Amino acid sequence: MNRDGTIILDGAGIKRALTRIAHEILENNKGIKDLVLVGIRTGGIYLADELVKILEEIEGETVTVGSVDITLYRDDFKGHAAHMPVGRTDIPFSVEGKNVVLVDDVLFTGRTIRAAMDALMDYGRPRTVQLAVLIDRGHRELPIRADFVGRNVPTSLKENILVRFDSGNHPVEVVLQKS
Amino acid sequence: MGFKHKDILGLQDLSGEEIYLLLNTAENMKEINSREIKKVPTLRGKTIVNLFFEPSTRTRTSFELAAKRLSADTINISASTSAVQKGETLSDTARNILAMKPDIIVMRHSISGAHHYLAKRVSCSIVNAGDGAHEHPSQALLDMLTMRERFGRLAGLKVAIVGDITHSRVARSNICGLTKVGAKIYLAGPPTMIPQGVERLGAVTVCKTIQEALDGADVVMMLRIQLERQGKTLMPTLREYSRYFGLNRDLLGLASPDVMVMHPGPMNRGVEISSDVADGPNSYILQQVENGVAVRMSMLYHVSGGELPTE
Repeated sequence: MNRDGTIILDGAGIKRALTRIAHEILENNKGIKDLVLVGIRTGGIYLADELVKILEEIEGETVTVGSVDITLYRDDFKGHAAHMPVGRTDIPFSVEGKNVVLVDDVLFTGRTIRAAMDALMDYGRPRTVQLAVLIDRGHRELPIRADFVGRNVPTSLKENILVRFDSGNHPVEVVLQKS
Repeated sequence: MGFKHKDILGLQDLSGEEIYLLLNTAENMKEINSREIKKVPTLRGKTIVNLFFEPSTRTRTSFELAAKRLSADTINISASTSAVQKGETLSDTARNILAMKPDIIVMRHSISGAHHYLAKRVSCSIVNAGDGAHEHPSQALLDMLTMRERFGRLAGLKVAIVGDITHSRVARSNICGLTKVGAKIYLAGPPTMIPQGVERLGAVTVCKTIQEALDGADVVMMLRIQLERQGKTLMPTLREYSRYFGLNRDLLGLASPDVMVMHPGPMNRGVEISSDVADGPNSYILQQVENGVAVRMSMLYHVSGGELPTE
């Protein structure tokens, strides 16, 4: 694996950021009643799992988590030429009337989030949809913002942000790569 | 790993890897069919023409449903209502349809190779929904998806295919596809119904009796006796065929205890398959139909991708 680039968050830093986000989610939603997390494939799913663990530690109750694959909802379908394999969407619960927190690793143009919201709405009408991301790197192309941000990282369009996970899908580090 | 084809004419043209890509996509698309809102916007604005020169209910409705669940617009044209009855040639029919700017033509035709002929002449994608006695790729893919769901793998499975192999496009596509992913095929049928040189297609063993083919089989695929296709020359009577090559509960005992019984439909109950087997616990015939929609969604999705990015 390419080890080039600057580490902007290490494992402990990620853990601290997620812990703060978990507390903010609880504060914002006044607990975990009617709260569900939905991770966006693939990095968002792993981070959602981490968040759920922290939330359950704090509240001592189980938190529902699902996952969404946005391939079928992309707006650049023609450009990417349908060569992308379709991943599984797993929302085995009703989102009707729920407070849904979408979780993703990096917020960039906002197009993924738009697609994820469209996908989510096909499952029902949540009471609110909130967005939690580990990194916000700017360059939005749609009117979308995150409610919970691990770290704001100003980037140039030539740079790339990579969230690395270990073999157990636990976040290891966040790397800024120059291309 | 990408899907590089404009058309899906048969499993003969696809690699094992591409077959797995189609199956994986189909598996993940199955979930859409169990949602309350059974629709995704992926093929919005695309036009799909179902052009059927042969009668078909389940394949056509399955393709139509697949297209609709991906938000494409669909038009159905069947030979009985079209200008074909008035003597129009295939390329003229196709040219007229092309003037309506479709993105995909899903076609069934009684002549083997009609799709290859058309695919070379039109710019839109052609998906084969059955051509003569040549290929029926969507059926073979849904069969493979159903098998993989049951066993978790395809490699090493022992698959018995019984019936009129010569006239069966389902058999031909299954043989092409299954041998590419490492399954072993055992064919059985009256000698008049086994094509010469079929062993050349890959890991295929021709058996003289149904008993030999069923021995330890993981999957038994019964083919429909196509009375409309083969006339009456290939077997003396239906009763005799049924007696020697029909599947019943006693024969099923020869296969592996958790054998899957499959049939592409429509079944001739009491001819190639007895009712107690068709409706029995080993029957996966309705799962096949269910998986058909997801497989066809996957096929339409992957052919509508356009050009591969040049690297």
